[in-house]
Amino acid sequence: MSETPERYPHDVLVVGAGGAGLRAAIEAAAMGASVGLVCKSLLGKAHTVMAEGGVAAAMGHVEPKDNWRVHFRDTMIGGKLLNNPRMAQLHAQEAPDRVRELEAWGAVFDRTRDGRILQRPFGGHSYSRLAHVGDRTGLEMIRTLQDRAVAAGIQVYMECTITHLMSRPDRVRGAFGYWRTTGQPVLFPAKAIVLATGGVGRAFEVTSNSWEYSGDGQALALLAGAELIDMEFVQFHPTGMVWPPGVRGLLVTEAVRGEGGILRNKDGERFMWKYLPEDRRHEYAATDEEASRWVEAQSASRPTDARRPPELSTRDNVARAIYTEVREGRGSPHGGVFLDISYLPADHVRRKLPSMYEQFKELADVDITAGPMEVGPTTHYIMGGIRVDAETGATTRPGLFAAGEVSGGMHGANRLGGNSLSDLLVFGQRTGAGAAADAATQSGETYVDPVAVRAAAAELAAPLAPGSGEDPYRLHEELQGVMQTLVGIFRTESDLDEAIGKLADLRRRWPAIRVTGGRAYNPGWGLVYELRNMLIVSEAIARSAKQRRESRGAHSRIDFPEPDEKWAKLNSVVHMAGDSMKVKSARLPALPNELQQLITKEVS
Amino acid sequence: MPDVHLSVFRGTPSTTGTFAEFDVPAEEGMVVLDALHWIQAHEAPDLAVRWNCKAAKCGSCSAEVNGRPSLTCKTRLSDFEEGETITVEPMRAFPLVRDLVTDVSWNYEVNKSIPPFQPPADQPQETWRWQQEDIERVQEFRKCIECFLCQDVCHVLRNHETEQPFMGPRFLVRSAGLEMHPIDTADRTRHLKDEGGIGLCNITKCCTEVCPEHIKITDNAIIPLKERVADKYYDPIQMVWRKITGRSADPPPPSGAPD
Repeated sequence: MSETPERYPHDVLVVGAGGAGLRAAIEAAAMGASVGLVCKSLLGKAHTVMAEGGVAAAMGHVEPKDNWRVHFRDTMIGGKLLNNPRMAQLHAQEAPDRVRELEAWGAVFDRTRDGRILQRPFGGHSYSRLAHVGDRTGLEMIRTLQDRAVAAGIQVYMECTITHLMSRPDRVRGAFGYWRTTGQPVLFPAKAIVLATGGVGRAFEVTSNSWEYSGDGQALALLAGAELIDMEFVQFHPTGMVWPPGVRGLLVTEAVRGEGGILRNKDGERFMWKYLPEDRRHEYAATDEEASRWVEAQSASRPTDARRPPELSTRDNVARAIYTEVREGRGSPHGGVFLDISYLPADHVRRKLPSMYEQFKELADVDITAGPMEVGPTTHYIMGGIRVDAETGATTRPGLFAAGEVSGGMHGANRLGGNSLSDLLVFGQRTGAGAAADAATQSGETYVDPVAVRAAAAELAAPLAPGSGEDPYRLHEELQGVMQTLVGIFRTESDLDEAIGKLADLRRRWPAIRVTGGRAYNPGWGLVYELRNMLIVSEAIARSAKQRRESRGAHSRIDFPEPDEKWAKLNSVVHMAGDSMKVKSARLPALPNELQQLITKEVS
Repeated sequence: MPDVHLSVFRGTPSTTGTFAEFDVPAEEGMVVLDALHWIQAHEAPDLAVRWNCKAAKCGSCSAEVNGRPSLTCKTRLSDFEEGETITVEPMRAFPLVRDLVTDVSWNYEVNKSIPPFQPPADQPQETWRWQQEDIERVQEFRKCIECFLCQDVCHVLRNHETEQPFMGPRFLVRSAGLEMHPIDTADRTRHLKDEGGIGLCNITKCCTEVCPEHIKITDNAIIPLKERVADKYYDPIQMVWRKITGRSADPPPPSGAPD
């Protein structure tokens, strides 16, 4: 290999080209910054492409009563009030403009009868709020942003993995990585860096996430001296495919329930009636009849006074309900429950849920217009992430920014469906602007310490050394086992202690990994650094989960099954002290009076 | 289920390449990509495979399975006869990177040449109203997941039949999505004719057959675009008119940068 890496300096380097990264890059470029956009895959393949149901924005096209205040309230209540209130406010206020902007850039959303952007209902949202394109909204979003970025002439570095951030005591100054196609090292000196690398679902055995979701950004930030918050809050999406085995965990969009899908156990019981939280029961239909009136109105896109079906409870609640039904012996043949939309006209189902129809027909031989699907919980999203400033996306480390799933705070203890795509747009835009403004304060050429570059290059090459050692695939399998069984939907102190011990053991074995086959497009070698990141982030999840001795949102402790007032206003904060990881708690940012009123009062 | 036998291409640009043989334990519902992952985890940890979503939504895992351009995440092992060898090769229309991975960067370069979306300057967004039935055709084109299987199967690209530029079915579909967008104002006919080389397509419909999104590429995208180009450049009455008036078929370049 060549000793000196290729070098591409930029004002702003964006790592990750999903919705948040693309939106950040577009904004930074519009502000005049020289922008580099690095992605592990080809452009347009990032995880955003898999988002199905829609993007939440209170535009009020279907239900004119909707406005940002209601969206803010729904988001905070869904997040069990653990959200950063300023982020939730900015998100609710700015999402409509960000969606309209996509339309102005060429996106073609489904339409209302009067020709405007159509909005569909989703769990935890008071009104029909999700702008969508059938069930392939993420594809529409990423293609629109991709086209915009290409037209803006942004430099894209495809199939490139960042393994190290180059830090100096004062600030972060660049990123080091390698081309996946050749394995050759590459250095990006940068005045500001935006991490937009998404989540960490691949640390779990059953997940809706692709191979890219290995916690890269969270780990890089932690190692560079930034903080993570709320890492115990991992979203288990209630409906993943459970059969056949090859597709276990694959997402079944919440839009199935948004369009009227009914959940039943093996006895045919519509079990969600039993699991509605008492304090929210008034928001849901009281009878099957009221729920079907709501579905009829919904299918015809007309307003109704009927309330939502119980299946549209928040994701944390529906996931626990399904898990409990299965555990208590009322599951379907393949260990899930039944989700049925086949009672609606087949044409309607195919038009509203085209990719679900295809997915089940082609991968499971199930015609969802003729019979029920089998579904169960799957690891989907992490609410926690890098601690950021709401206005600019700045992390606690100068020169380093973060946006999208890799950041934390916006969603609190549980994310509402549809709030992720809007999060990417709102905070992608803000973070791109924040990073460009910060970069503009730095003059001259960015200095990167050559000693640090050589050290990173040596570390990168280490697993290729001759000889035998640990196998990365085995370690990954063991990690997934630990997270799935000990840090899953229901947690206990003893399980978490066991997990922390096993994760420490895996980290001890990690340096002994050896791989064969050289540098060019070698997936085993690529897995080594992703494994390092997954191990670090998994430890942050387990330690934060252990610290929070209560149940709230997506974090459920069997040994502490109720919310505890003591924890109601505390975030978990993770940082590195030398080589060891520390967890503490910090007070939630104060909720200004006018926002507090929006939550306590019924708003319209 | 009995084991399945896979014969997988392995090679680099500098070697001839060989087929490696693997017996993979099959489970119900497994797809070819699952089998490739099993091989990586147990037999060949460095087997190069490009993939992302494993849900037929990202279009990364394209390859040729028993000669047919396919998404490996959508091709089920149970689609083959018991005992049949499943041969997996990289897409042949693109240069090899390694094993099953090819260099598809050419596509991204072609894409850059297409004139971008251009909304009307005099129509405020608040006034935009489109009926669902009027956008369904454009939405069909926008379903494309850029798997490039249509590019792989297209004989013009696959057999390098011409020295003239030809953008291939994928980018004709993208152009159609822009051209038929309800409010786009750009005119891409000259681009389609020259850099796009639309005349080189002789509508054999192979692209439509392999499209995993079932986009009717030839009928709904390419033929209507061919008609637009023909109307503009090859309509006999127009040609005579242009001769008389000395006017060009191409409008003067637009002033100002496109939005």
